[in-house]
Amino acid sequence: MKNNFNMILLFFGVVLFAACGGESGGTTDQSVSEDAPTGLGQSGVPDDESARNVVQVAIASKDHSTLVTAVKTAGLVDVLSNVGPFTVFAPVNAAFDALPSGTVESLLKPENKSKLSDILEYHVYVGVIRPAIYNDGMTLNQVNGKNVTLGKQGDAMTVNGAKVLGYVECANGIVYVIDKVLLPE
Amino acid sequence: MKISKLFNAGLIVTVGLLALSGCKPKAPGSVDTGDAASKVYVAPGKYDEFYNIVSGGFNGQMSVVGLPSGRVFKIVPVFSVHPENGYGFSEESKAMLNTSHGFVPWDDLHHIALSVTNGEHDGRWAFGNANNTPRVARVDLTTFETTEILEIPNSAGNHSSPFITANSEYIVASSRFSVPIGDDKSRDVPISTYKENFKGTVSFIRADKEGEMNIAFQLVTPGVNFDLARAGKQKSHGWFFFSTYNTEQAHTLLEVNASQKDKDFIMAVNWKKAEEYIKAGKGKVTKAKYVHNTLDHKSGIAKSTMVDEVIQLNIKDFPDIAYFIPCPKSPHGTDVDPTGEYIVGSGKLAAVIPVFSFTKMLKAIESKDYEGTYDGMPVLKYESVLKGEVVKPGLGPLHTEFDGKGYAYTSMFVSSEVVKWDIEKLEVVDRAPTYYSVGHLMVPGGPTTKPHGKYLVAYNKITKDRYLPTGPELAHSAQLYDISGEKIKLLLDFPTIGEPHYAEALPASLIKDKQVKFYPLEENTHPYATKSPEASKIERKGKEVHVYMTSIRSHFGPDNIEGIKLGDEVYFHVTNLEQDWDVPHGFAVKGANTAETLIMPGATQTLKWVPDRVGVFPFYCTDFCSALHQEMQGYIRVSPASSNVSLIYSLGK
Repeated sequence: MKNNFNMILLFFGVVLFAACGGESGGTTDQSVSEDAPTGLGQSGVPDDESARNVVQVAIASKDHSTLVTAVKTAGLVDVLSNVGPFTVFAPVNAAFDALPSGTVESLLKPENKSKLSDILEYHVYVGVIRPAIYNDGMTLNQVNGKNVTLGKQGDAMTVNGAKVLGYVECANGIVYVIDKVLLPE
Repeated sequence: MKISKLFNAGLIVTVGLLALSGCKPKAPGSVDTGDAASKVYVAPGKYDEFYNIVSGGFNGQMSVVGLPSGRVFKIVPVFSVHPENGYGFSEESKAMLNTSHGFVPWDDLHHIALSVTNGEHDGRWAFGNANNTPRVARVDLTTFETTEILEIPNSAGNHSSPFITANSEYIVASSRFSVPIGDDKSRDVPISTYKENFKGTVSFIRADKEGEMNIAFQLVTPGVNFDLARAGKQKSHGWFFFSTYNTEQAHTLLEVNASQKDKDFIMAVNWKKAEEYIKAGKGKVTKAKYVHNTLDHKSGIAKSTMVDEVIQLNIKDFPDIAYFIPCPKSPHGTDVDPTGEYIVGSGKLAAVIPVFSFTKMLKAIESKDYEGTYDGMPVLKYESVLKGEVVKPGLGPLHTEFDGKGYAYTSMFVSSEVVKWDIEKLEVVDRAPTYYSVGHLMVPGGPTTKPHGKYLVAYNKITKDRYLPTGPELAHSAQLYDISGEKIKLLLDFPTIGEPHYAEALPASLIKDKQVKFYPLEENTHPYATKSPEASKIERKGKEVHVYMTSIRSHFGPDNIEGIKLGDEVYFHVTNLEQDWDVPHGFAVKGANTAETLIMPGATQTLKWVPDRVGVFPFYCTDFCSALHQEMQGYIRVSPASSNVSLIYSLGK
């Protein structure tokens, strides 16, 4: 899987994700006779052997720090650590930077949590759309209830016009790296 | 008639009223210590302190239970088929249940022996015995799967098994039922010739290498019933102690006829001496027929090998291998204390618990301090081997465990209690009731050189009113006691699965971090493994159709199949492509005359399906794997034998 991933990155000519490191998503030592439970959800499961899930993959990517911050702020880390399966469209930092000045800062404010969630959920589909079944004109009904439209010309994939820069197969689905933030209408 | 009926009714009512007025209702065995709940409470997300591996008796499995909570974590199928995961149903696992009698889908698993190094639990394996069709099994404690089963030849009723030596060199298998052994002619004898023709056997099974269990040697003994056994440890390492009953050699109405003598025997076996004889070529190679089944970890496929000989030593011909120690009244448990010095016999009909001294035994052997012979073999003098007796401990002593602090705990079946006594002073210091009629009891690490003297569990035979009643058949009850203090305190009462006999428990820290989470796909050597969705295919070989199928959240590949004809045998070889902890996929197809299969991540399992009619049949994932689990399905079309429908398969088309 790692090999495939490297080849894909090479093909798109961008290095998006740092190598999957030792980050294990806020693990707790749950040894016998430990203190009270921490209350962490599935993201807290200590497991450094299984293939990485969509959140762990995003966290390991330097180019997705804004997305990761947003996902954490919206409280979606546990959700995306679920068995899924998910198709996640993951905008790179530059895509967030391209939004009108102040947009990201505003979205990260506590009072805008539901708006932020709505935007992030617009980037997630429950189900795995692997490249083999990623078809031009296909619509996906996203977690927030709104549709996105996929495009495909040869090997070039888009979603609502945003370019797919690469993809990573994850334990609980697939992540498509995209160059724009998708905004629900 | 009428009158007498009325009279009886009247009598019952009167007696009943008297009985009622005579005793105040009370809650039997209710816990009166206010802090009991907090001692067994394992907060959400927290772990138990011990894994308790509990035999399942007539359910043929082992249960994995947490202590102190009593929560059940897993059922490990061993000698019985298990529809939950297809054990004994899938093409890969069926061979585990092969015997010289063919496929045997059930057995009665009584005792657990956990592997040890230097007399202490090492967390590698759990062994179990099959009582009915004699076998022993190994369960790997990193996968909690049965990985090896060895049948025992010349044995019947493998009850005295699978007790283990201090470095897991051997587990034993000795025959509860003596039977005639040898060739067909020697075996076809009148039952009434028990004394002349029936023999007991004690097999020493080399067990320290996974996949390589073999009978190193088999002792042939007089026809008696072997009941239980324990290996020596520390100073007595190299010896093994077997309890016997029916030394009267009765063959009918044993209830009466096997209780004639005041004393039966504990047979002490010097297995190191037996090893020397085997090494010197003194063993007699005898024809036999038994099966060895092993599971290959990489392919997940079990295979059976027939073995056709066994090396025997008749203890009569090697007088320094075995010695008989008289032990009162049909001893059941024979248990060795953590120092290896004391051997405790529990005569289930005896009024005392005799405690024998290993040092005195050696002395008695050396000075030929015999009180007679049994079948021509020396019987050591009771008093010369005895350290002393625990007098009037309770009624019906069965088994003894140790706390490592100088105390022994003996279960009393008839008087329904656990009795704590001082090993040196042989004095009873405390007793606690059980609910009801306790069989085995267990202290974590109890049979090792290093018991964890904190808890004790009583595994009871009679349940009656302990739980909400469920018709005539009730779950067997277990009770957990705190034995950390002077007094035994009842903490918890919990139901169990099957009929637990012996159990062992080991600290969770020994194995919890070694658990396998999934099988690496690249290491899967199953011949029908399909390692990527693109590799899915179907092959027809005459009437056999092999489907190379993949499963991954949340679809099968392929999910539409056509071109199957009546008369075909379809093999669904399903590979779970997940590489993620706790994401098994199941597979079931309508009308299959077998169970589902449950495929662990990275593994391949095969379900055989022989369609019996024309039509389109669904198959689906049986394990709620993901949000789209209910979408994880497919169709397979079956056409008449004469049809021209070609074999096609697809996904997403």
